[in-house]
Amino acid sequence: MAPIKHTDLYPTNQYRLRPMPDLKTILGPLTLKNPTILASGIMDEDAGSMHRMITSGAGAIVTKSIGLDPRPGYPNPTIVETPCGLLNAMGLPNPGITDFTHELDLLRNAPVPIIGSIYGKDPEEFSTLARHMERHHVAAVELNVSCPHAKHYGMEVGMDPQILSNITAAVTHTVHIPVYVKLSPNVTDIVILAQAAADAHADAIVAINTLKGMSIDLDVRRPILANRTGGYSGPAIKPIGVRCVYDISQHVSIPVIGVGGITTGADVLEYLMAGASAVQIGTAVYLRGPTVFSHITQEITDWLTTHHVARLSDLIGAAHP
Amino acid sequence: MNAPRITTVHTGKQETPTVKTLTFKDPSPIVPGQFYMIWIPGVDEIPMSVSYISESIKAITFRRIGDATEALFNLRKGDAIGLRGPYGNGFALKGRRPLFIAGGTGAAMLAPAIELIQRKKRTATVILGAKTKGDLFFERRLSRAGARVLVTTDDGSKGYHGFASDLAKDLLKNASYDAMYTCGPEPMMKTLLAFSGQRVFEASLERYMKCAIGLCGQCCIGEGVRVCADGPIFNGKTLKTIPDFGRFKRDASGGKISFSQAP
Repeated sequence: MAPIKHTDLYPTNQYRLRPMPDLKTILGPLTLKNPTILASGIMDEDAGSMHRMITSGAGAIVTKSIGLDPRPGYPNPTIVETPCGLLNAMGLPNPGITDFTHELDLLRNAPVPIIGSIYGKDPEEFSTLARHMERHHVAAVELNVSCPHAKHYGMEVGMDPQILSNITAAVTHTVHIPVYVKLSPNVTDIVILAQAAADAHADAIVAINTLKGMSIDLDVRRPILANRTGGYSGPAIKPIGVRCVYDISQHVSIPVIGVGGITTGADVLEYLMAGASAVQIGTAVYLRGPTVFSHITQEITDWLTTHHVARLSDLIGAAHP
Repeated sequence: MNAPRITTVHTGKQETPTVKTLTFKDPSPIVPGQFYMIWIPGVDEIPMSVSYISESIKAITFRRIGDATEALFNLRKGDAIGLRGPYGNGFALKGRRPLFIAGGTGAAMLAPAIELIQRKKRTATVILGAKTKGDLFFERRLSRAGARVLVTTDDGSKGYHGFASDLAKDLLKNASYDAMYTCGPEPMMKTLLAFSGQRVFEASLERYMKCAIGLCGQCCIGEGVRVCADGPIFNGKTLKTIPDFGRFKRDASGGKISFSQAP
């Protein structure tokens, strides 16, 4: 009779800690260590701010939307809270591409991908901006064709499939880095726009930008935002974002990045099950503070562990039939 | 909720030809160093540190320097303004023998801190620095509160002839001040930080603000330090790690403006 070995009494696999779930997600040539991306417009106007968001655990960073020239944005009030979300009309403030490239150079060795958000009024402006971004080491560009509150820019060039197609094609022909197209939900059918972008060789669709809204003060009887209308964000818009991602991912073959109301790890999982490969987080930086990325990442890890899911990416599109 | 709540101007008092104090009803608890976002409907919304604190009445004190402060200057009793906040961290006010150094309108936000120190039976020494005699304000208010008030003017028209920081340097040589609190032009505050040694040091910073709730990044300095939410009061230890301090601020577009070029 063979002697009883220690391992027979205590099988090692039963007592060994289960390996940490894998939170990596793949966006074409980019691999993110976790699916949480800082959304454009939040703590991303200078290298220092973006560095803080990297340190607090973001898997990637999208910059403030940058145009050709410096732009001060709208006068205040540029933001107002409502019972279910935030309404903002910043008006695309940014220092212009020339100044901003100095900030990008400071992030050259950033440990996570930096995605350069750009806005323009026509394909030429977008192409010029994308070329500058590429020269200053961004990992991808995101086309802001969906800001709901900037005259001649944003949504105004992103609601027409033909114009959107022209802009996307111009940029994809100009640069070698991936091109993401961020879409507005303020349209009759977002899927048509997603298809137009995909047909023009976009590398990913980002959905959704904010919803156009207004808030009026009863005492002074006027809209609170200086621009009168603004973009509505926060937990209230999450079901709209999830629906858009679900619909888009059924009709295009490129990755979809989900945005809109994500505040917890559960929200991220919901977007992934709807078909998103990664997500962006903005308003939650206000709701939960700048450390929101590490909190959300921990919540995802906990959920995956509890539900015995080894790889987060296995859940992408799980809600589809 | 971070939306403006409407209140009305209670009193308006002109302190100098260009500086005015507006009081208004607001029961929110607030500590010296914290600020409001003041909405002037149809004009702008700007950050303003509190300059007077009682349970039901608060005040702001400001110089007319732009469209928003000009509009505020012209408001009368009963006119509507919107308030968001109070925001920011406020002064910690440690130290037994504090020295306050106010440059220009910096006196406005230091005043409630000085009054709080006096109520706690500590004696504040206050340097009120101004360009000229006619620009001084709050001298009587602070003396009446029991503080030792020293005046400096750049042109020597009253008190010590020179900068507030020059007088501070002299005072710090012979006296046992264990804390410094300052608000004024940033290069002045940077000079004072260099004099602070081991003392408690707190300075109030001013930056162009938009959201004021720590989200948009407009007012960030250094490594994403938000003046609205992490400040506006910073201690000496933190300020020494922020290369922007005393060197540059950013305009509404995010472009950098050096303090040496600033008007």
